[in-house]
Amino acid sequence: MFSKQGTGKVYNGASGYGYKKTSLYRNAWRRLKKNKLAMVGLSIICVLAATAIFSPLVATHDPTARIKEESFRSPSTEHWFGTDILGRDIYSRVIYGSRISIMVGVVAVGISLAIGITMGALAGYFGGFPDTMVMRMADIFFAFPYILGAIAIMTVLGPGLVNIFIAIGILGWAYFARLFRGSVLSVKNKEYVAAARALGASNFRIMAKHILPNSFAPMIVLGTMNVGTAIIVEASLSFLGLGVQPPTPAWGHMLSESLNYINIAPWMMFFPGMAIVLTVLGFVLLGDGLRDAFDPRM
Amino acid sequence: MVSKKQHMILEVKNLKTYFDTPEGVVKAVDGVSFDLKKGEVLGIVGETGSGKSVTALSLLNLIPQPAGKIVEGQILLEGTDLARLNPRQMQKYRGSKISMVFQDPMTSLNPVYTIGSQIMEAIRIHQSITKNQARKKTIELLTMVGIPEPSRRLKSYPHECSGGMCQRVMVAMALANNPSVLIADEPTTALDVTIQAQILELMVKLKDRTGSAIILITHDLGVIAKYASRVMVMYGGKPVEFADVDTIFYEPLHPYTRGLMGSITRLDNKKKQRLLAIEGSCPSLIDLPPGCTFYPRCPYARKRCAQSYPGLEQVNPGRRIACHRWKNFRKGYNEGKP
Amino acid sequence: MLYYILKRILQMIPVLIGVTLILFLLMYIIPEDPARLILQQGATDQALANLREKMGIDQPLHIQYFRYMKNLLQGDLGTSYRYRRPVTGILADAYPNSIRLAFAAILIEILIGLCAGMIAAVKKYSFWDTLVTVSTTLAVCVPVFWLGMIMQNLFGLRLGWLPISGMGDGSIQYYILPAFTLASVSTAYVARMTRSSMLEVMSHDYITTAFAKGLSYRLVVGKHALKNALIPVVTLIGLNLGALMGGVVLTETVFNWPGIGRTIYLAILERDTPVVLGGTLVLVIIFLVLNLVVDVLYGLLDPRIRVAKQEVKV
Repeated sequence: MFSKQGTGKVYNGASGYGYKKTSLYRNAWRRLKKNKLAMVGLSIICVLAATAIFSPLVATHDPTARIKEESFRSPSTEHWFGTDILGRDIYSRVIYGSRISIMVGVVAVGISLAIGITMGALAGYFGGFPDTMVMRMADIFFAFPYILGAIAIMTVLGPGLVNIFIAIGILGWAYFARLFRGSVLSVKNKEYVAAARALGASNFRIMAKHILPNSFAPMIVLGTMNVGTAIIVEASLSFLGLGVQPPTPAWGHMLSESLNYINIAPWMMFFPGMAIVLTVLGFVLLGDGLRDAFDPRM
Repeated sequence: MVSKKQHMILEVKNLKTYFDTPEGVVKAVDGVSFDLKKGEVLGIVGETGSGKSVTALSLLNLIPQPAGKIVEGQILLEGTDLARLNPRQMQKYRGSKISMVFQDPMTSLNPVYTIGSQIMEAIRIHQSITKNQARKKTIELLTMVGIPEPSRRLKSYPHECSGGMCQRVMVAMALANNPSVLIADEPTTALDVTIQAQILELMVKLKDRTGSAIILITHDLGVIAKYASRVMVMYGGKPVEFADVDTIFYEPLHPYTRGLMGSITRLDNKKKQRLLAIEGSCPSLIDLPPGCTFYPRCPYARKRCAQSYPGLEQVNPGRRIACHRWKNFRKGYNEGKP
Repeated sequence: MLYYILKRILQMIPVLIGVTLILFLLMYIIPEDPARLILQQGATDQALANLREKMGIDQPLHIQYFRYMKNLLQGDLGTSYRYRRPVTGILADAYPNSIRLAFAAILIEILIGLCAGMIAAVKKYSFWDTLVTVSTTLAVCVPVFWLGMIMQNLFGLRLGWLPISGMGDGSIQYYILPAFTLASVSTAYVARMTRSSMLEVMSHDYITTAFAKGLSYRLVVGKHALKNALIPVVTLIGLNLGALMGGVVLTETVFNWPGIGRTIYLAILERDTPVVLGGTLVLVIIFLVLNLVVDVLYGLLDPRIRVAKQEVKV
């Protein structure tokens, strides 16, 4: 009964939901394409991803090269975004900075998602004690303001890219867990899950094949929005000196370097800041669009 | 005989309420006329979507703005045309001269204010009396609608009351300023059957005491039979038949009314008749075809029914009907075979 | 009501224990030897051992945690590596300033957020609505510290209207820029939530009832709709306090505000872990207490005191 039938239909189970699933995503994509703001968001993200991947091609200078004579140059044809105190080209630094932001955003949210799904599935599927434990733990993480938690963890772990992944990733799990638990609970009692159980499918199999695909749409929405949040948190951390260590260019750190020169070199703070705003805006717009696309009633 | 004019509290003439929607103009109420005598109960019957509720909201000028609008017609309440009043003037009439009881009492009361404060508010907008007097009046009203321990109930929130209790509160609130007209829009649909009768009895009893007239909107013909004296049947935003209650039940002329009659169980049915259902459902009120609105569902339809809309014709005083073929049906009754 | 408040306080306790446990564990896993950090170079082995014993770092984990909790309850947050004085003492001077700044921000958040949201809802699809929608969307994308720097540049340096650093004599003009900066993101969320909540509430039956009573538009919106619309907004304000506390660190850093946030920032630069973690704990506690206040407000606003809070959708 659960034999695979081509790629579109995952399987033609008790409720034939495999078919429903594809149409859910296809319809969502169709609605998303019509949403102009979401498409703007998606374009921003695509451009940004390309910039991050092809940084060496897009940049005009070596982002770490210091030229003393060139310090504090205002934007010009040579240095599009000007230079900083050490004479480094801000445009190139902003371009290379996108790498850190994108990486942190995606990897950290990936970690949150992985922990969140595991915990949420445990809580939702088994209920009872595991549920209580997981939800109490989540409460504690909700009580921990995101940035404060990240500061505490980073202080202890010390600066560095991997530590940022860990700090931001660990702090974000609770939102995903709560959401995923909710979807698991709502799917758990549907007939096709009961049918699968009646046919002797194991818990793991039921979870992986039935619950996971159906619960994924809201996770995509939350994930997209959280990439924006993660990028802001990363910028905040590197602003506070807890991020990637120099000379690797990171937007937040560039801003903290500019803090003492907002009067004499305002371009130093303007461009990295704009880069953060645009990036986050891209994810927020796409997230909003995805939410509307998956749930047109809202 | 006293002149007819003196008795009339409310006269509605050719009321048209339209809604602008992306799909087109919805003619929710399209040429409704009726009048209301002092102290009487007028029933308005029809299916969901027939325009009953919009008619009621139009009388209070509470059509959802800006999509909806009264485009034509007069609503004469004791000689004042409510359709012509500006919002500020209209406020003075709402809740004082003309008030309304809604379908779902549990959602019609504001959950964050006590029932006492909600009734007192209704009193104090229209009457300049002190808080204490308003409080006394509220207790009187609650006693009047049969709520036990009214002085304690004042402090209750709607969620602490049952549906029937909330509807009593709504009735008390609607009657707080002795209105001339009380509109009850399906006042018992959301309630238990036993409570339904209590609420309706209560409204009729209080009507006699306060001298209000009631417009009772419902799709329940049993309720109409018991409480209304005259009936207006609506279909597709238009009135299709207008008669006193006995006539409607014993000699329905419009095929739609006959369909409605056929769809209720009657205990006095001697022959074992089957319950009849009207095929199909109410039409969309956008781009109505030129003919009779009931034409697509009418078992007696003829060619001309599709071509022109039958206007309301007077059968005899107090009885009007909008059907091309009513004379045939009448003849049927006279010959004993409807 | 009293029962409700008590319940909320009791619910806070496991959260507090969890938070302290996390902070304690973080402290515990620091790779460096705290005794060495406090005494710095040149300390004798004997001195180090004595200090370790005094601090109890040679004890097993759970003993250390109890000791940590015991100290915490007595108001002891440990010793600063850098200044060799109690962390409590360092933070004591700073925390009133942070609370003042946070209150100023919450005030702005409520006033501006509510007004903007109400205007947007009442004048739906108008110019004002669009303005509110666009500016709130942008506001949540702007990092707090960058907004602070822009404001410093614009209102402080270019226009010269307001001071950009420190809290001077504590007069109001020192508060304006930092408070607005700190409030920006939350204000945007409050405005959005107020708008959507208002629009949702206005479609309810009881609003029609209120109109049918003969109430003016102003009264219906300002009394019947607003009180209902506020319920989810208050929940949101409570949840946003966390972000606000995080923002305190960034805002105080940008504006040199002598509060806990800036203390944390300076401690980060000096790798003074006890001060960072102690400061974090104090901010978390402030957040939890404020959250409790919001919860009580929520109970006052909604007579139904819902058992489960609504999910917040922004």
